[in-house]
Amino acid sequence: MKSSELSADYSDKVVRQFSLMAVVWGVVGMLVGVIIAAQLAWPELNFGIPWLSYGRLRPLHTNAVIFAFGGCALIGTSYYVVQRTCQTKLFMPKLAAFTFWGWQLVILSAVVSLPLGYTSGKEYAELEWPIDILITLVWVAYAIVFFGTVGTRKVRHIYVANWFYGGFILAVALLHVVNSAAIPAGWMKSYSAYAGVQDAMVQWWYGHNAVGFFLTAGFLGMMYYFIPKQAGRPVYSYRLSIVHFWALIFTYMWAGPHHLHYTALPNWTQSLGMAFSMILLAPSWGGMINGIMTLSGAWHKLRTDPILRFLIVSLSFYGMSTFEGPMMSIKTVNALSHYTDWTVGHVHSGALGWVGLITMGSLYYLIPRLFGQKKMYSVPAIELHFWIATIGIVLYISAMWIAGVMQGLMWRGINADGTLTYTFVESVKATYPFYVVRLLGGLMYLGGMLVMAWNTWMTVAKGRAVSTPIPAVQHHGAAHA
Amino acid sequence: MDILFLLIPLSVALVLLILGGLWWAIYQGQFEGIEQEGERILHND
Repeated sequence: MKSSELSADYSDKVVRQFSLMAVVWGVVGMLVGVIIAAQLAWPELNFGIPWLSYGRLRPLHTNAVIFAFGGCALIGTSYYVVQRTCQTKLFMPKLAAFTFWGWQLVILSAVVSLPLGYTSGKEYAELEWPIDILITLVWVAYAIVFFGTVGTRKVRHIYVANWFYGGFILAVALLHVVNSAAIPAGWMKSYSAYAGVQDAMVQWWYGHNAVGFFLTAGFLGMMYYFIPKQAGRPVYSYRLSIVHFWALIFTYMWAGPHHLHYTALPNWTQSLGMAFSMILLAPSWGGMINGIMTLSGAWHKLRTDPILRFLIVSLSFYGMSTFEGPMMSIKTVNALSHYTDWTVGHVHSGALGWVGLITMGSLYYLIPRLFGQKKMYSVPAIELHFWIATIGIVLYISAMWIAGVMQGLMWRGINADGTLTYTFVESVKATYPFYVVRLLGGLMYLGGMLVMAWNTWMTVAKGRAVSTPIPAVQHHGAAHA
Repeated sequence: MDILFLLIPLSVALVLLILGGLWWAIYQGQFEGIEQEGERILHND
């Protein structure tokens, strides 16, 4: 043992920064979500102010929850996990600090530019080209820090969570560069490099892979580290986790066309997208079962540990939405569900249920440890958060299921003489009560997030930023040439 | 659908890259004696 190795500490400052900002952006992003949910029920709530109009706030909501809340949580936890599992500190810590400040600058640019109406018009990639370039720079820096840390690891084996995080980083880089290719026409204006149906194909190749790699692979990295740690048990089958990784990344890339069923996209491309979407059920459920079965023999822990409950319930939502998704990609089902609020319900089952709950559970594990505490300031507050969030999700998605199927049936209702049974506005009117229930669900979910923010504040105020020394590498797993 | 001339070669390149990664992992011995690796993260922080 070299004494220099013993005195080295993990680079946790950047992890602390990302973790706290994940909580802050979670509150902001969900608040904007609640505002636009209220606007759908009561459109006057935009007060006639263009900056508050639905069309501008909706991309702000999606960017804030996916890239600000989700992004900060992913980058922060990946920095934590890669150091702990590789038993080394971050590669180029200054560059890691740049990824934090750079990413916050990207988010602030979004917060300013989207309400002002600057948008490239591409869903989940609305930010204009100068911000896109900044994203690229930050992402390359992130990749260098992450893969550099893996490359300088002190143990031979690369833990499975790192494979998921690594796949997420590489895929998002590729998706962002291809989809955001555009011709600038002024400082905050650009035209996509692709036109018409070509552009639609690239957009949804990007859009669905963003779901697959940003919102799935990255968070699976979180799942494979924090569930075993919180449960105190190794993942149910480590072998299956490796199969899960390779099967998922080999088959994900071509699910995108299911967003373009019955459009100008060639029919065979639509069917290809449908086939690949259905294939994805297998690796997704393999991973879900593997995660849940990690508790095998320790189910009683769910009764007393609210953090574990967050993590395990998130997996059950992962299982639900990865079953629902392939079903909705079937063209005949899609003929009913497409363009209805069923899609919105499906997205939120994944976003609130899977992405949200796994992040909150992981942050509840992480935050006390980063601030020298054994547990969060208030464990009953975690319990409260769990229940209001879960009930909120159930209200949200069941309201959207009913609304969606109702809309789909109303739009396809045809009289004996071939005319439409309902006008469009009748379906809007019929949706009103479900929009109110959805708002209630969203308010509960936001309420849970506010409880988390309070709990985080109290934990941080009570604790202090601690440095954790890197433990000596155990011999059996040590690197050897 | 000219875009497929970009997207399909891109997918093929990606699959080859992933295969390369899998190949590297297998021959570098990443998957030998793996069940203990799941256990290892529990012991050191």
